[in-house]
Amino acid sequence: MTLLLLQVGRSRDVEAFEALFRHFGPRIKAYMAKVDRNRAEELTQETMMSVWRKASLFDATRGVAASWIFTIARNQRIDALRRDRRAEIDPDDPALVPETPMAADQALDISQNVRLMREAMATLPSEQLQVLELSFYQEQSQSEIATRLALPLGTVKSRMRLGFAKLRAVLEGGSKQP
Amino acid sequence: MMPQHHLSEDLLLAYAAGNLSEGWTIAVASHLAFCPQCRAQSAQADMLGGAMLDTIDPEPLANDAWSAMRARLDADVQLAKALPARATAPGKLVLPMPLRAYVGGDIDTIHWRALGRGAAQMMLPTSDPTTQVRLLRIPAGKPVPEHSHGGREVTLVLSGSFRDGEQLFGPGDIEDADGSVLHTPTATPEADCICLAVTDAPLRFSSWIVRLIQPILKI
Repeated sequence: MTLLLLQVGRSRDVEAFEALFRHFGPRIKAYMAKVDRNRAEELTQETMMSVWRKASLFDATRGVAASWIFTIARNQRIDALRRDRRAEIDPDDPALVPETPMAADQALDISQNVRLMREAMATLPSEQLQVLELSFYQEQSQSEIATRLALPLGTVKSRMRLGFAKLRAVLEGGSKQP
Repeated sequence: MMPQHHLSEDLLLAYAAGNLSEGWTIAVASHLAFCPQCRAQSAQADMLGGAMLDTIDPEPLANDAWSAMRARLDADVQLAKALPARATAPGKLVLPMPLRAYVGGDIDTIHWRALGRGAAQMMLPTSDPTTQVRLLRIPAGKPVPEHSHGGREVTLVLSGSFRDGEQLFGPGDIEDADGSVLHTPTATPEADCICLAVTDAPLRFSSWIVRLIQPILKI
């Protein structure tokens, strides 16, 4: 998928874009439908239009197709459905404190990260996966999740933290292999 | 120097999931500009978002979805262009981009309003009614002016430094305090300390009598 996205960015390749559309379109629609079923189809089109327009800005050293398209869908959903603004980091900001040279040398192969993350998600205790899914899919805050599940806020926070720590450990272990 | 005090995981995850309201996102995005370590974690949280998107139960698109999309591509002329390299020399700017957008420029364009005893603030306008976002300037060696909030307060040091108890907070550092902690951060003696402070908006009461005395009680 990441190669297809790079092709779209480099040469406006419509066939590559169609493959991305057929893979991610139904997933973006499902993601939008979690918050607003009526506008899911329209917002899918808008998200994929942004993907088409911005593909040349995609940087394969910083992300993969799924994570990059996720951030575009997420921002589209915030913009269209919550009408909320959101401060974003600008990766080209001259004020950015750069990585140390050592970290840059260790440039990790991140191309498999989404696959590793998917596999790791399947091994998480269901109570940890549940709070992460409510947060990412339903866009619920930690206190909303606590109310919904009738749990103390601290329990929701610690389940999220534990779940994310396990997933990160898998990425950090997995990326070190050649 | 790299920041020593980082974003809590709950802020990073909520930011990635898209359920953090605007005021808090200003503190998160600004800290990320200072902190390669939290940027790496934030990228991992976006990876989790990507994996979530990949594993969601797909919903079939309308039959004509691709042909509608295809027609829009042909008609579209608007392409994102890579931004031109900026003229500003690195290291000259104090405020990271997300903050410059709210202030309207770098640190020299901040419109300070005196708070008394040499301290000053600038409220940053947002569209988020649930938080208050301000820049604070604390004179060298002086404590942060009394401000009661009761809720969460996330502070990001932009220049100078302050001490809170045993801990020292310098540029890029985050202090994340809930209302239960009684603390008196004090600017270190070398220089004024400029920081960003995001707090829960003060509680609003419907009764006009309570509203009237609220400023007196500072609740």
